[in-house]
Amino acid sequence: MIDIRNSPFLFGLGAFVALFVTAQSLVFIAAAWKEGKRLGIPSATMRKALVGSGTFSVVPSIAILLAVLTLAGALGLPLPWIRLSVVGAITYELPAAETAAQAFGTSIKSTISDPTVFSAIAWAMSLGSVFAMVLITLFAKRIQSGIHKAQLKDTKWAGLLISAMFMGLISAFLGSALGGGLVSILALLASAATMAIFGLLIKKAKMAKLENFAMPVSMITGMAVAALYTIARNGGVR
Amino acid sequence: MNTSVRTGKSYDETIHRNGRIWMIAAICITQGVPLAISLYFGVWPPLGKLIAGLLPTMLVFWPIAIVEVLTFTPMLGSGGTYLGFVTGNLSNLKVPAAISAMQQAGVEPSTKEGEIISTLAIGASSLVTNVVLVSGVLLMSYLLPILESPALKPAFANLLPALFGALGVVFISKNWKISVAPLALMIGLFAAMPSLPVGILIPAGALVSIGVARIMYKRKML
Repeated sequence: MIDIRNSPFLFGLGAFVALFVTAQSLVFIAAAWKEGKRLGIPSATMRKALVGSGTFSVVPSIAILLAVLTLAGALGLPLPWIRLSVVGAITYELPAAETAAQAFGTSIKSTISDPTVFSAIAWAMSLGSVFAMVLITLFAKRIQSGIHKAQLKDTKWAGLLISAMFMGLISAFLGSALGGGLVSILALLASAATMAIFGLLIKKAKMAKLENFAMPVSMITGMAVAALYTIARNGGVR
Repeated sequence: MNTSVRTGKSYDETIHRNGRIWMIAAICITQGVPLAISLYFGVWPPLGKLIAGLLPTMLVFWPIAIVEVLTFTPMLGSGGTYLGFVTGNLSNLKVPAAISAMQQAGVEPSTKEGEIISTLAIGASSLVTNVVLVSGVLLMSYLLPILESPALKPAFANLLPALFGALGVVFISKNWKISVAPLALMIGLFAAMPSLPVGILIPAGALVSIGVARIMYKRKML
């Protein structure tokens, strides 16, 4: 059976998506540049915005690449690459993939080799994140012109609502992680401890630059602990 | 440059028209990816199971999408919004990139100048992410055999606890009072029925979490 996950066809789809995103970025940059000139914004200011933002984005982009890497074990390289190039973010893609896998009685804890399950995961990741794009298409113009601003008067509750929803999701996965036994609990604790250390360094030692790496490094630490523990328990690599 | 310059509607009108065209194209492409997989390999997931796998995360992420659209759209400006919502990674990259570019240029969001600087910043940011991802994926395709080696199996098998351990610390430290009720519920549920699927745990956790947060908020405990 062919490996759909890393097939040339999927890499081709990935390349197409990357080209689309590049084209859109270039078109929007060109339009903004032209309008900026018309408004009398100095070219130097606009160039500074481009170079500054590009430089600013290198490190977070490496963090996104690491997120692709963490998903590659179960889903292959192209699908996580596609998902994190358009719309996606690891905090959404991972729960979406796992929930879809579980509906088919499996889990992304192991390699997804069944083509039907793989396609279901691809559908779930894509359909689940389309909503914001539909909203933007329909309402961005009206939101910009101020009509909808009133809807978000209670910004404190809006922030709390997002936190509460995320906490519901996180606690659900924490609860199901308990079922993974000691290895999973060790991975969870190692990753949580790493994140706590990052939090202290960022807040107390004012090392704000570490912020971008806190999530991927914590995840990789947790995963590494799981691998090392299993090797030690089995008395070496088998 | 803090004053907003009054101009004709032309750029505004064009950016909304073009933005919508690009956004519709992006919707077709993102949904076209699973469609292409299903058509090319001839594999179609059974609808019932797909819906069962999709609903729990939609329940959490679609309301978040509404809040994100309402919060980020005025911040990013029109061009920045149409581009940023297609290329994703908003809160971890595009929004901070746009805000810091506007600060450095001394312009405010929701002004004509802010609109331009934000669009340029998000465009440059998307290009850089793309270059990093393409080169990384090319490099990693050589590393695939290592990624799939048996020694690394337990590492990938524990991807979820690793993500949620770290995320848990972030959200608990942000607002620990919100986290008490859903965590208690999950520990209780795990003790009573250890093998409940996340498809049931997510809506249960989210509803309890939101409900308790709302009560605490109304009683000024948050």
